Amino acid sequence: MPALGADMTEGTLLEWLVHPGDQVRKGDIVAVVDTAKAAIEVECFENGTVDRLLVEPGTTMPVGASLAVIGPARPATQTSEPSVPVTSPLVRHLAEESGVDLATVHGTGPGGRITRADVNAEPPSAAPLRTPPAETDTTKPPDTPRVRPEKPPTPPARPGTGDGATRVRATPLAKRLAVEAGIDLAAVAGTGTGGAVRALDVKAALAAALPSAATARPAAATGRHETMRRAVGDLMARSKREIPHYYLSTTVDLGAAIGWLHERNRELPVAERLVPTALLLKAAALAAREVPQLNGFWTDDHFTAAPAVHLGVAVALRGGGLVAPAIHDATDLTLPELMARLRDLVSRARSGRLHRSETTDPTITVTNLGDQGVEAVLGVIYPPQVALVGLGRVVERPWAVDGLLGIRPVVTATLSADHRASDGATGARYLAALDRLLQKPEEL
Amino acid sequence: MTTRKAATGKAVTYREAVREALREALVADERVFLMGEDVGRYGGALGVSLGLLDEFGPARIRDTPLSESAFVGAGIGAAIAGLRPIVEIMTVNFSLLALDQILNNAATLLHMSGGQVAVPLVIRMSTGAGRQLAAQHSHSLEGYYAHIPGIRVLAPATLEDARYMLAPALSDPDPVVIFEHGSLYNVSGTLPPDTGPVDIDRAAVRRPGTDISLITHGGSLGKALQAAEQLAADHIDAEVVDLRTLRPLDDATVTGSVRRTHRAVVIDEGWRTCGLSAEITARITEQAFYDLDAPVERVCGAEVPVPYARQLEEAALPQPADIVAAARRAVG
Repeated sequence: MPALGADMTEGTLLEWLVHPGDQVRKGDIVAVVDTAKAAIEVECFENGTVDRLLVEPGTTMPVGASLAVIGPARPATQTSEPSVPVTSPLVRHLAEESGVDLATVHGTGPGGRITRADVNAEPPSAAPLRTPPAETDTTKPPDTPRVRPEKPPTPPARPGTGDGATRVRATPLAKRLAVEAGIDLAAVAGTGTGGAVRALDVKAALAAALPSAATARPAAATGRHETMRRAVGDLMARSKREIPHYYLSTTVDLGAAIGWLHERNRELPVAERLVPTALLLKAAALAAREVPQLNGFWTDDHFTAAPAVHLGVAVALRGGGLVAPAIHDATDLTLPELMARLRDLVSRARSGRLHRSETTDPTITVTNLGDQGVEAVLGVIYPPQVALVGLGRVVERPWAVDGLLGIRPVVTATLSADHRASDGATGARYLAALDRLLQKPEEL
Repeated sequence: MTTRKAATGKAVTYREAVREALREALVADERVFLMGEDVGRYGGALGVSLGLLDEFGPARIRDTPLSESAFVGAGIGAAIAGLRPIVEIMTVNFSLLALDQILNNAATLLHMSGGQVAVPLVIRMSTGAGRQLAAQHSHSLEGYYAHIPGIRVLAPATLEDARYMLAPALSDPDPVVIFEHGSLYNVSGTLPPDTGPVDIDRAAVRRPGTDISLITHGGSLGKALQAAEQLAADHIDAEVVDLRTLRPLDDATVTGSVRRTHRAVVIDEGWRTCGLSAEITARITEQAFYDLDAPVERVCGAEVPVPYARQLEEAALPQPADIVAAARRAVG
């Protein structure tokens, strides 16, 4: 069980994305783990072959517990055609008959062998490789299809509803009672052997949901909300307890930046137009590269500067709580790329599908409450990071430039920084760099 | 008349209860006679027929040679000819010598004669372990006989059944095999007042309960009742069902109990594989699947020839602690 955040002590395995026998490479997504905050895709740390899965979906394990055994990569036995899996003549015949490309079929048999059921479960490719000759058809009863090509592709299994490994273990009586009471067995915690749901579990769930059966789902959501609240609270309390924050604030003239943006957007279709946030994030990332004392981690009583800027972006979640996943190497992204990454990140954060590295890697975090109408935000640092940049709303203000008063768009940028890692002068350099970078938007 | 009254009110043993049932049958119907190895002058290898030779004479209490196939065959012939023979076989292990007569003749003749030839024969035999008699005298092969269509198989587990099952068995127009568990003969107790013949179509609930059904028969009934007492101390209220009739099985009583308790442990001294316990378990899942709240548990004899050494013999047989453990697994 990997630590998917500084605040994580345990996680619940939601889903395996690999099976015993699968070859995996470092970085492959192998599982989905639920933390207090979100469902996160876990990347594999090693190259090799999945030997055994040790933990059933739905199990909560402490950080550091073993989830699976990965053995050494299997030597390629099929040197001539490594991509063609081992199949029996019957399976090859069925596949040919139904137009299934065996190279794309996931085998569930021993050693990843493709079974007849795997072929039957597969949707046919667009063009069957061969249509059966008519005389063959006449020898077969027409009402015994040997494959079921009409079956749609298997939807991604959700815990508790699918077949196979994620099927809910429940006694026959418990199932019957659940159907009668209209209770979703996936939401019932089992106390029987191997976590099987028994009648008394269903009765307990029914009693808990007594006001109306329909509250079973919201009750679960409330539980999630509470754990999220507690996780955020624990982390922020730790931050305020351990980190001596200092705060700086400056107001940045965005006249040049907004003007440039308007010019640029005029030439672009609506979908590709940039928003001020992209400029602000890019500038925040570049400024962090200029002032490396603020970009990194405070661990074991000393600061370690990070070699790259992975810009954490605080994302408020619907229903409360927040996460701050990283935009990796934000300094190297073009503005359109950064916009696209931001949009993707926010939508995945809200749907609860973040990658592990995105939750663990941020080296400095930006919180932007401008869209909420806030003019200045003095944030709390995410341990073990050492700085947090706060951005307010872009507002028009009377502003003196070169001795003349004008109406200019301005933004209040703040910095919360860890006094153990840096001093106010360092923080001041950061805000100055941010200001300077935003005056030359064309270079961002 | 030298008829003695059934000993009601005073303590009797299982052995005496069977003897009393035999005596009653011999008195009630002149066509009834007892035959088997050592039943006459020796008084029965298990002491059941002690005194009956003096009382009823050698024509009705007949010693036979050690020839199970021959004297069971003779019993079948006598039954076809109009008598009501009761054949005693010393142990179920020896009865295998007569299995051909029982399966191929007694159980089959009514069918093969188009309903013309009934075989109203009663065969009594001892079964089971627990007395250090080793592997050739100790097995529980009731399941072999419960497998055979055309016969009825009874297993009296209580004094009352030992006393009052014989009369309905003799009334049955078809062959009836009665299994008396060897460990029961010395069990003593007070017979309740005559409640009339036992209903040999029905299993009996020996102890009502709500949390789990312990389903058993014969020599394991006492162990199941002991286990139920131990479970009661843990606030697990076990119901104990005595199958009593092993063929035809009383599905209604068994599934009715499981429908109330939602869990079952089947206890059978016989071997687990392809045994009576497998049949009971299958019927429960066939008929009460949607009432089950735990997998059906089985406590059976170890799959070895029954050992002679006391410790090994005890270890090979279902014991109350095994039943308690299985029940706890099921209740969780």
